Amino acid sequence: MTRLLRDGRAAFGAMVLLVVLLCALFAPLVTNGQPAAQRDIVATRFVPPLSSDTRGEFHALGTDRFGRDVWTRLVYGARVSMGVGVIAVMVSIVLGVMVGAVAGFWRGPIAMTLIGLTDFVLAIPRVVLLLLIAALWQPSTALVIIVLGLTGWTSIARLVHGEVRALAVRPFVEGARAVGAPRVRVLARHILPNALTPVIVAGALGIGNAITLEAGLSYFGLGVQPPTPSWGNMIASGRDVLVNAPWVAAAPGVALVLVVVACTLLGDALRDVLDPSQQLP
Amino acid sequence: MLARLAHRLFAGFAVVLGVVTLTFLLLHAAPGDPIELMLGQTATAEQVAAQRRALGLDRPLPAQFASWLGRLGRGDWGTSIARGRPVRAVLGDAWPATVRLVALSLLLSYLIGLFIGAIQAARSRSRTDTILSVTTVTLFALPGFWLALMLVLVFTYWARWLPAFGAAGLDADYLSAGAWMVDRLRHLALPLTTLTLIGIGGAARFARGAMLDTLSQPFITTARAKGLVPRQVIARHALRNALTPIVTLLGLSLPALFSGAVFIEAVFAWPGVGRILVEAVQARDYPVVMAATTVSAVLVVAGNLLADILAAWLDPRVRSASA
Repeated sequence: MTRLLRDGRAAFGAMVLLVVLLCALFAPLVTNGQPAAQRDIVATRFVPPLSSDTRGEFHALGTDRFGRDVWTRLVYGARVSMGVGVIAVMVSIVLGVMVGAVAGFWRGPIAMTLIGLTDFVLAIPRVVLLLLIAALWQPSTALVIIVLGLTGWTSIARLVHGEVRALAVRPFVEGARAVGAPRVRVLARHILPNALTPVIVAGALGIGNAITLEAGLSYFGLGVQPPTPSWGNMIASGRDVLVNAPWVAAAPGVALVLVVVACTLLGDALRDVLDPSQQLP
Repeated sequence: MLARLAHRLFAGFAVVLGVVTLTFLLLHAAPGDPIELMLGQTATAEQVAAQRRALGLDRPLPAQFASWLGRLGRGDWGTSIARGRPVRAVLGDAWPATVRLVALSLLLSYLIGLFIGAIQAARSRSRTDTILSVTTVTLFALPGFWLALMLVLVFTYWARWLPAFGAAGLDADYLSAGAWMVDRLRHLALPLTTLTLIGIGGAARFARGAMLDTLSQPFITTARAKGLVPRQVIARHALRNALTPIVTLLGLSLPALFSGAVFIEAVFAWPGVGRILVEAVQARDYPVVMAATTVSAVLVVAGNLLADILAAWLDPRVRSASA
């Protein structure tokens, strides 16, 4: 843990994520608390960043075309975007660990089928699948989570599969089996805990990826639906007013890049600390 | 090698068939109907039924799928429901634009990424390494459609240098050869820059890792010990050996690159397969969606296969291991 904190990448990543999480949690305290409030639209729309509207209200990041405060929507959007990313990755991890563990521990037709399935899903362009599912059913936040979770488990399954296979022939596993532990118990208590290290890393990287994909779907109108703010649909609404009010699209994009960079750096640092064998000189 | 190739070809064929089947099932399981979208609210039930019969959509799903496969086997992709044109013509216009965009950005981003990664590995843990790392992580994190918007804002709206939409100007047909070329390149500039910038991030990060891995091997120590200058060690010994994993990644990153192209094409109204696919999905244009998915799956599988062959060509060890 101390090594992790001394790593500049991890410290930066953790700090950014902490600030974003705290803002999202205490959103009503750090914003005006009304992400969807539309007051006098004509008087308050397109206020540039760092200035006040005609009613004297200050807008750090300006307002959009409905006079809504961009900072407030950004913070409430963080709740949605981060929430979708985290839950989707958790779905992916559960699926990936189950498939990878079963395929790595039990040989035979089941393993062959699961590996084949993994390689198959891995070969499909993910966005094509996302677009198909998201466009064909009624778009909603829940659908985005399900779709991202269902398409994101393959790399985790690959990782777990490799780890489990390597661990299954190690002496301590043989020992556990020699004392008569049932196979499921051997897998759950002895092998899986040792196989989860790369999953943590993949999870950290996956959250960034999921947030980006959510934004992409929402950008097409296939993700989180307005007026609920998500970073993706904020960028989409900023697209139409790019010339008049570039800050509407720029702000959520910058937030998104910051969070994804933070996730990536934290993931890199975690890998180096948790798995010294993979550490680069 | 030949046996392995045959095995890979068979597996690739199975993947394409699987993707096509899955797409077909998803399309027909989803709510929404191309006929209702086509005829609108005012159509009577009889008109809808007649149109469905005309297009063969009233038959059982397995029969529809079988006849689609049968026609595909004879080279007939069907007719677009929404556009009324043969699917072959719709896609025939679109795929060269996508391949042009994807292939060029793949080439550029890997060349630049490899170069950056090699510099970083050679100067590992230096200030240069740190600065380049921060840059590549940021590029890696950029969402394509957002970067595209920002580039349009800067280069089209503010600087007024480059066009933001399409692959050619409205007057393209009346231009001289030289002007036509310039027009094409100006339209290509922004989409290509967007895709390339994003690609560089991933390629450089991976190249750095692969290079550092190679640099820690004994034969590099030997090369240094016999007195080669660092530049030669990096260029002649390390880079060549680090290429194998990088080329494999190149193949594996094709689906992601194609995915990225879908977003970029939509933002820039680039007349490629990605944009056709997005529009067709929204219009429930079954034949076009099926064909576009098939083409993208074939492209991805072929790309992976090509990367495998390239890796074997670069590294004799891969060849002998699989023989």
